[in-house]
Amino acid sequence: MNEPIIRCEGVVKRFGELTVLDHLDFTVDPGEKVTIIGPSGSGKSTVLRVLMTLERINEGVVYVDGEPLWHEQGAKGLEPASEAHLRKMRQKMGMVFQHFNLFPHMTVLRNLTEAPRYVLGLSPREARQRAEELLELVGLSDKAEAFPSQLSGGQQQRVAIARALAMRPKIMLFDEPTSALDPELVGEVLRVIRSLAEEHELTMLLVTHEMDFARRISDRVCFFDQGRILEQGPPEEIFSSPKEQRTREFLHAVLHPEE
Amino acid sequence: MEWTRYIDPLLQGCWVTIELTVYSTILGTLLAFGAGMGKLSHNPLIKALSVTYIEVFRGTSLLVQLFWLYFALPLLGELIGLDLRFHPVTVGVLALGLNIGAYGAEVVRGAVQSVPRTQYEAAKALNFTRTQTLWRIALPQALPEMMPPFGNLAVQNLKDTALVSLISLGDLAFRAEQLRNLTQDSTTIYTMVLFMYFGMALVLAALMGLLERHVGRWRHRRR
Repeated sequence: MNEPIIRCEGVVKRFGELTVLDHLDFTVDPGEKVTIIGPSGSGKSTVLRVLMTLERINEGVVYVDGEPLWHEQGAKGLEPASEAHLRKMRQKMGMVFQHFNLFPHMTVLRNLTEAPRYVLGLSPREARQRAEELLELVGLSDKAEAFPSQLSGGQQQRVAIARALAMRPKIMLFDEPTSALDPELVGEVLRVIRSLAEEHELTMLLVTHEMDFARRISDRVCFFDQGRILEQGPPEEIFSSPKEQRTREFLHAVLHPEE
Repeated sequence: MEWTRYIDPLLQGCWVTIELTVYSTILGTLLAFGAGMGKLSHNPLIKALSVTYIEVFRGTSLLVQLFWLYFALPLLGELIGLDLRFHPVTVGVLALGLNIGAYGAEVVRGAVQSVPRTQYEAAKALNFTRTQTLWRIALPQALPEMMPPFGNLAVQNLKDTALVSLISLGDLAFRAEQLRNLTQDSTTIYTMVLFMYFGMALVLAALMGLLERHVGRWRHRRR
């Protein structure tokens, strides 16, 4: 068995009085596609935000690719990570946000080339070539010179996926990537994510409410409740015969909202 | 009424006013970006320098700054053995630029801070440094936000140039004063001067409007 690429040990995250992650233990293997489901406020987005270093943790240790994320190995054990360490660790991950968060003042092409050029130090030609390949992958080659405000939500999200991929991350974090989209635009984004899921190397963490999609692409589904993983397993198991009452209730509510 | 006789000398004054306005607005813009971004810096020295500059120049009168630079600074220079006598144009541009720069710095800071948090998160996820995020992501998005207050400041600056006539610079206000002393025709001269300032302000406002459209061209475009 490989060393896990992500390992959370006793991770606690509090927002004031509220405990969002409550001694979370969670591991992900390299190349694994993991879907995180659960009610709102269960901490599922927070896990991704902790991994992307957008939220600090209060307790516990997170390991990414064999190294502590929020800590550094100091003379007397683990010490809080420096910005240099965080930057090194961030390089391993890419994130896709619910509301796309494209840079509105840049064309699609520049959204894709800016970070490769100025963070990775690629030449303009290399960055452009990489961007054009990715735009083809997400089916938006003809939109290179458009501004984000000229695109539909689905197109914007596909650009956002390409932008994250342009940094060649080992791990892709998808935070409810289709929740802000009109229903008819969800499919085009899911198709792009599914094509990525076929890549063996790429590790994917996906927070979503698209249960059918989760069932089809994930190796494992984790049900989050109150800041912990209440139940996890292969999708067929979780969706067909969940063991926990809370999981059953949640799935019933999501799959049969009218009842 | 021989108002046509006043046109030539007044136009010469206009030209000096325009030069002062252009140079000091350019200087002020540079200072505004430097100090505005400096105030957002995490470096305590840069931050302290920016805050001090902004507060000193916002908190003192432009006229006093002008006199201080023109009359006091050379004497101070003599004491420490330096020649700090500058040409009135230099002093005028310096005082006006430093002044408008201090006000502009607050405009820059406010606009950059109004960029949504999610943009900073996207920048972090792409591993931009803090400085890159400020200059490449936040500042360009904040530019259109800055333009209306910058427009106001530029027009304000144009009108403030009249103060430099008090250090004997031959701007529009100075020429007007000269002509009035010569002819005692106050009504005609000052009416003309009023319209000349107004005309220059209109042109300046129109230019700032064009600039505003240009820096915001990525906004409000829909398919």
